[in-house]
Amino acid sequence: MPLGLLKYGLRKTYPAERQIPAAQPLRPTYDVVIIGGGGHALATAYYLARDYGITNVAVLEKGYLAGGNTARNTAIIRSNYLTPEGVKFYDMSVKLYQELSQDLDYNILYSERGHFTLAHTDAALRTSRWRAEVNKHLGVNSELIFTDDVKKLCPALNCSEDVRYPILGALYHPPGSIARHDAVAWGYARGAARRGVEIHQLTEVTEILKENGRAIGVVTNRGTIHCNKLLQAVAGSSSLVSKMAGFRLPIRTIPLQACVSVPLKPFLDQIVVSGSLHVYISQSSRGELVMGGSTDPYGVYSTRSTLDFKEGLLGHMLELLPFLGDVKLARQWAGMADMTPDFSPVMGLTPLENYYIDSGWGTWGFKATPVCGLTMSYTLANNKPHELIEPFRLDRFVNFQQVGEKGAASVGH
Amino acid sequence: MSVGVNRLPAPAGGVIDRSRTIGFEFEGRHFTGYAGDTIASALAAHDEWLISRSFKYHRPRGVLTMAGQDANTLVQIGDEPNILADRRPIVEGMVVTGQNYVGSLEQDRQSWVELIGRFLPVGFYYKAFYKPKWAWKYWERYIRRTAGLGTVNLDAHHGYFDKEYVFADVAVIGGGPAGIAAALEAAKAGLEVVLVEDGARLGGSLGYARFDAEGVRGRQQLRVLAAEVEANARIRVLTEATCTGLFADNWMSVIRGNRLYKMRATSVVVATGSLEQPAVFKNNDLPGVMMGSAAQRLIHLYGVRPGRKAVVLAANSDGYGVALDLADAGVAVQAVVDLRAGEDSSAQARAVRLRQIPVYLGHGLRKTVAGPGKHHIIAAEIAAVEGEGRLSGAAATLECDLVCMSCGYSPTGQLLHHIGARFAYNRASHMFEPAVLPAHAFAAGSVNGTYDLEAVLGEGRHAGWAAAKDAGGQVGGEPARPVDKGAAGVTHPWPIFASDSGKDFVDFDEDLQVKDLVNGIADGYDHIELLKRYSTVGMGPSQGRHSAVAAVRITAKETGRDIATMSVTTQRPPYRPEKFGHLAGRVFEPERHTAMHHRHVELGGRMMLAGLWYRPAYYGKKEDRDKAIREEVIAVRNNVGLIDVSTLGGLDVRGPDAAEFLNRLYTFTYAKQPVGRSRYVLMTDQSGAIIDDGVACRFHDEHFYVTATTSGVDAVYRLMLFWNAQWRLDVDVANVTAAYAGVNLAGPKSREVLRKVCSDIDLSPEGFPYLAVRMGTVAGIPARLMRVGFVGELGYEIHVPASMGEALWDALMAAGKSEAIRPFGVEAQRVLRLEKGHIIVSQDTDGLTHPYEADMAWAIGKSKPYYMGGRSIDIQNRRGLTRKLVGFTLDDPNAPVPEECHLVVKGPEIVGRVTSAVISPSVGRVVGLAFVAPDQAEHGKTFDIKVAGGRIVQGRVVPIPFFDPENKRQEL
Repeated sequence: MPLGLLKYGLRKTYPAERQIPAAQPLRPTYDVVIIGGGGHALATAYYLARDYGITNVAVLEKGYLAGGNTARNTAIIRSNYLTPEGVKFYDMSVKLYQELSQDLDYNILYSERGHFTLAHTDAALRTSRWRAEVNKHLGVNSELIFTDDVKKLCPALNCSEDVRYPILGALYHPPGSIARHDAVAWGYARGAARRGVEIHQLTEVTEILKENGRAIGVVTNRGTIHCNKLLQAVAGSSSLVSKMAGFRLPIRTIPLQACVSVPLKPFLDQIVVSGSLHVYISQSSRGELVMGGSTDPYGVYSTRSTLDFKEGLLGHMLELLPFLGDVKLARQWAGMADMTPDFSPVMGLTPLENYYIDSGWGTWGFKATPVCGLTMSYTLANNKPHELIEPFRLDRFVNFQQVGEKGAASVGH
Repeated sequence: MSVGVNRLPAPAGGVIDRSRTIGFEFEGRHFTGYAGDTIASALAAHDEWLISRSFKYHRPRGVLTMAGQDANTLVQIGDEPNILADRRPIVEGMVVTGQNYVGSLEQDRQSWVELIGRFLPVGFYYKAFYKPKWAWKYWERYIRRTAGLGTVNLDAHHGYFDKEYVFADVAVIGGGPAGIAAALEAAKAGLEVVLVEDGARLGGSLGYARFDAEGVRGRQQLRVLAAEVEANARIRVLTEATCTGLFADNWMSVIRGNRLYKMRATSVVVATGSLEQPAVFKNNDLPGVMMGSAAQRLIHLYGVRPGRKAVVLAANSDGYGVALDLADAGVAVQAVVDLRAGEDSSAQARAVRLRQIPVYLGHGLRKTVAGPGKHHIIAAEIAAVEGEGRLSGAAATLECDLVCMSCGYSPTGQLLHHIGARFAYNRASHMFEPAVLPAHAFAAGSVNGTYDLEAVLGEGRHAGWAAAKDAGGQVGGEPARPVDKGAAGVTHPWPIFASDSGKDFVDFDEDLQVKDLVNGIADGYDHIELLKRYSTVGMGPSQGRHSAVAAVRITAKETGRDIATMSVTTQRPPYRPEKFGHLAGRVFEPERHTAMHHRHVELGGRMMLAGLWYRPAYYGKKEDRDKAIREEVIAVRNNVGLIDVSTLGGLDVRGPDAAEFLNRLYTFTYAKQPVGRSRYVLMTDQSGAIIDDGVACRFHDEHFYVTATTSGVDAVYRLMLFWNAQWRLDVDVANVTAAYAGVNLAGPKSREVLRKVCSDIDLSPEGFPYLAVRMGTVAGIPARLMRVGFVGELGYEIHVPASMGEALWDALMAAGKSEAIRPFGVEAQRVLRLEKGHIIVSQDTDGLTHPYEADMAWAIGKSKPYYMGGRSIDIQNRRGLTRKLVGFTLDDPNAPVPEECHLVVKGPEIVGRVTSAVISPSVGRVVGLAFVAPDQAEHGKTFDIKVAGGRIVQGRVVPIPFFDPENKRQEL
């Protein structure tokens, strides 16, 4: 029995601790307004307060806290990317994640499971070796392994040659982890709120106020507020919000679906991804199989679920794990993925002065949460991009300086 | 053989067949039931009520709904986990066990967790276990071990599942009174109707509920309606079929047996009824406490007496019907405990009073008292209701082994949620009811908040009529809509009586008590969606069916908000858990075989994947791989070889603008390309990155036959169609990849071989020179021939109709016998092309490589006004290269051979990578292609390659081709 829980059992009344602040009126001005109340927004608010003492901050969330992609992802954390820029960035994120429970004083249930990106073709083997080599060169633990080792390390997988897409090998990334995604957002929210940041749920920005090429405030459904700096961190709606700010993003927004099974006694300790089969799967601390696939075939601003997603996903899942035929799927849902042409994010300064952006996360937003908070808070505080996100600047698309990360996508998109 | 002490005589038990007994095993003991029994009903007949253990506290659990709606009866059958025992029919010899226990179901060694429940507050995971940091590793392992319910067998057999398409003008989901009425009405309009019923037979509540004092009306009504449906040829009835999802445009998943029906309907009527909701009080979860409707289902559907002594907790007249049913089944009804102060005026209530069953008005249950091991309840404590959720101190204890809860309902609205219906709280009925439905969807019956049976039938008829009209049927006059839905006084607004000592469960799946929700809200999670995620309320296997509304009620009260401004958490598909096997079906993974596939297999070809195709990698045993590849290379260089190239894309581009079309799509120029010649094609995307290559053969002024890579052809074809539509050129594009089979006959002796089977083409070097293309016949087969140089030898690509591919192969192999012709595979071809320095798109390029980086400026038509990607390529070229693809070799003959994707480094910096490398059989040393920094790209310069183990090997830039630098051999 951990000592931390003793007080709950021994006290007569529950020692409630308000972690998410209660609704409060909007003030007319803030130093910083953050549009969006997901993980990235809350992490940025937290580090602004913690590292720069900037606490006169309002986080504006149109729905409930962290109810967008923070609530809808499959909670996988890894840094086995392809480009040096991506690897360095996500490696920092993994390092922050590893310390996050202590840092936030809030258990995010960070769980190192080992991550396998299966290769079924020799092209996939080549990409795996490429990623492994880049990772190792930058100090990230990844290795190309072949079928025998896959079988040894992850015995649940069907490694037989007698299937449509036999497993030839895998990119094995031991630090690959999962965490309780909601807890990450709540922990940041709690930490930010304790330092004075205001969190306003059910507060939707309807207009961005500009003056002489500078952002000066926002109009919301609850009134107008002015501010010195504005950050948009609204995955799934990035293009819509940037349109209000007056500039375009090279983003296509496509639904990405996922699903979970009814809880099962743990049998799959690893995170398994197959690009050729378009599936990824891990088993959560509740015993549910958390599964996802490729993005939907067309772009649409909708989080509706489809049947064909499940049919395709489970068909492939049973290739990898044929014994799951009688296991049941409990729930499916969808999020909105902001896809960029080079599969890297768009972060940093924008054409609008005092207006900053954190967008283009595609399917990778959750794993970047801490490093986004860290680098975006630096960028806001110093009005210049943090060196880790410099390559992800918006103008790279007009300057032919893309950061080609498609090869590190878990599954085809 | 006994079928159980609780078995009631007919007419009770409408769905069981008393002529057939079935034996099965539960927890190692043998039981007998009737055909039609579920596991739970058969066990209940034998007075076995403990079926499973709960998720967190390992509480004993038993029958709750008898409708497959809860997680209290999840059991395991062999390899299949998490089965609803109150839904799964028994089968002879079935072996059933409970779940989530250590030791035995009866004596679960993990039930101690409940004792420390007070130390496990809401969100306790987030509050502890992480200090000090090392402790988490220990706790994590422990927490993980305790997770989950059923178990998976890694060797389980993959069963058979399949799929069927179903189409309907009107689909009706739910075969209760509303659904039947709707189906009959829609069929009247001359439409094809499919009626989907979850249960074993039609009827819904008509089969078990008590609509009158005598208990005859439901069954009478059912007989009439069922006969009408039976007689109606337009209605297809699917019973034991569950509609698990309603998707956009009325696309539905319906699961029945081992089949997934995928149904499209023009319009749909959702008549899925409602879910009886539990009351909250201490020990409301133990075996013996069930819904009133569950007791009625046991009696009327399965012929099982649900207990001996019962207390009915009522807040509506249905509770009185339950009391009458119990009494008729021989259960001693100790009392009807009515939460309401006023007397119920229904006929059922009057009958209860007439029978002198004690009625306690304005009373509630404080708790039930558990027997040994909490395996069953033995008594219930009642007390007067003092106010919302408050009971007076004075209490009476009534001995009982059954508590029936009849306190209200919530619409079974999941399917409506799936398609985006909006629900709103109705202050009069105290329920969240559908408020706005999407187009082409209709709701009828209690899912729509309608409870009076006449009103339900009327609403069903109206919905059937409206759906038929919507679907274009010839409808008659509009049926009247019921005025009074009969929903008042059916659902109690606050059947929640928190206990100071807890165990007052709001969510049975997740073992959540009232205080867990209250404390979660106090912690700041006061939005219902946040509370759900923080407390996990509604996240269990039954997805909040019995907890969602209570959670909203508690949240409204705790936060002082008006419940009418709130909503329940979003319901997502599926309505009920779906087996992976159902969704996967038979799993059709297309395989593409070339026309010569069988020949490769016969010759010992090791087949490899190329997109959906299979291609021979090499011919020979696995252990002889390297030797086989080497010998194939040598055969092509010295003699003659034959490779199947059928998988290469083939696109016929025809029309007056064909050349212009290619000019715009590809980097080279095609306007002046002579007829009878081929030319290299290189395609870039709009950012200038290389995406495909091949050759364009001009067979006619207005006809190009364009090849594409195996994996790229689909994208190329798509782009061609897209741009053809955009540009509106006079061009027609056909993807003929699968229409043609092709081979490359390559090697110095290829002309001799070809001559034997081709007489209508002048094969002399002058008559058919390098890069020329011809049409003719080969072995009597009409063929397209092209002289190409991919492998760097004299060679002919021969494309013939796919049906003749095998004949072509056989003819060439026979003709080449005297030249010792040898088939070669993809691996040898890769070596051969690398010796010539030819790139493979996507291996030697990546998603950002432009032609200048790949040293392919020669393939760009610089005088063209436009081609796809041209502007981007120009800009990037002007800005200067950041890397360049070069040919390289190693100075050190003993250095390890770099592998593809080993990095080219400059100290800490990554400047490029090896894209291809091999020990060349033809030049006898390592040759390869690599991206290097621009300042390393000159011939003779060296660069560092980081090979396996982190060792640095020096590469030296050399000119390409590595072999036959003057390209004389291919031009012979």
